[in-house]
Amino acid sequence: MKYLILLYAAPDARPVPGTPESAAEHQAWMTYTMDMIQAGVHRGGDALHGIETATTIREVGGSLASTDGPFAETKETLGGYYLIDVPDLDTALEWAGRAPIVKYGAAEVRPLMVFDDIPSTAGA
Amino acid sequence: MNPDPVAQIFAEEWPRLVAVLVRDLGDLALAEDAAQDAFVEAARRWGPGSTPDRPGAWLLTTARRKALDGLRRQRRFDERLPRLAAQLSPEPAVDHVDEADPRQLGDAQLALVFGCCHPSLAPDAQVALTLRHVCGLSTAQIARAFLVPEATMAKRLVRAKHKITAARVPFSVPEPEHRRDRLDAVLGVIYLVFTEGHTASDSARLIRGDLCDEARWLASLMTALLPTNPRSGSALLAFTDARRATRADDHGDLVLLEDQDRSRWDRAAIDLGHRQLERASIEQRTGPTNPGCDRRRSCLGPGLE
Repeated sequence: MKYLILLYAAPDARPVPGTPESAAEHQAWMTYTMDMIQAGVHRGGDALHGIETATTIREVGGSLASTDGPFAETKETLGGYYLIDVPDLDTALEWAGRAPIVKYGAAEVRPLMVFDDIPSTAGA
Repeated sequence: MNPDPVAQIFAEEWPRLVAVLVRDLGDLALAEDAAQDAFVEAARRWGPGSTPDRPGAWLLTTARRKALDGLRRQRRFDERLPRLAAQLSPEPAVDHVDEADPRQLGDAQLALVFGCCHPSLAPDAQVALTLRHVCGLSTAQIARAFLVPEATMAKRLVRAKHKITAARVPFSVPEPEHRRDRLDAVLGVIYLVFTEGHTASDSARLIRGDLCDEARWLASLMTALLPTNPRSGSALLAFTDARRATRADDHGDLVLLEDQDRSRWDRAAIDLGHRQLERASIEQRTGPTNPGCDRRRSCLGPGLE
């Protein structure tokens, strides 16, 4: 059963880069990721550049229109994700709860849909 | 005389049947479908005087076969199929029936309670799921109890069940190290059900005894099944509920404590409360705080019900 762990935080809530706190946080993410890999549950994951780099695109009146910025303007923004494969929600929540971000942001857990006729590349 | 034996048996057997099937199938929706199919079959076959000796076992066997057929039809050849098939006899004799042993039944019911009260579900959904699946109340009854239209309650249940299936909310008894937190959620649900019954938000009636009964039944289930458990909470429900008959007058108006007719308090409920408090205080001294106790049922001695 695959789950996406979506990592949200206010951009200014993270430790300032270059500080010891930031170095410690980086180490915590490394450990977290390595633990996932060693447990055999890691199927993917990345950190995202900030929302100032986002472009949102949609069809308006038959043609595509793109706008600068994220889909939704919220205080806490999506900063990264992990894709994991675990037996049930309790296990997924346990992994999500170990993400360093929960100290200053939040982790949202979403189960992946499975379609018979659409091939999935998610951690196949 | 009740002309419909199925309806009579339904009330008693439905919650147990669902509990065991959820354990078998690991899926609440499938379990409910199978239980429903079994009762449809029962309604067709049973008539006055032609009820099987052990209707519960008959229903369980029938429901397991229905579930197996259903999974095969849907070609859902996943891990559930062999597990379920293993529980059915290879040569199903017509009169063969499965008996759920009481200990397994208890564990299955406990797992069902913890699943319905999973913290990933909204509190109002936890309450509705518990009343529906553990207590066996109908959607209409739950809707009436909480004064919402039946369609609203049905929607709430459907939404919760979709999340349970899609996100694979586990229906199992949590590991000892998580049990305390998870138990808090269960107790919260019992408390909500009891409070709703004790001082009904429906202003026309002060007390809704049926909900108090369900809450006390749930509390007694937890008390009986969990090796370390909140007997003091169960005692509180018993003491409070003992005054049920005297708390409102003939017009449904509140009667204050000092004006209540104490001779009409429920003596049996008070005695039960006392017994549970006594046992709770013994357990507190002898160490339910010791986490090792959770794994050793015997530490409470032979008095464990």
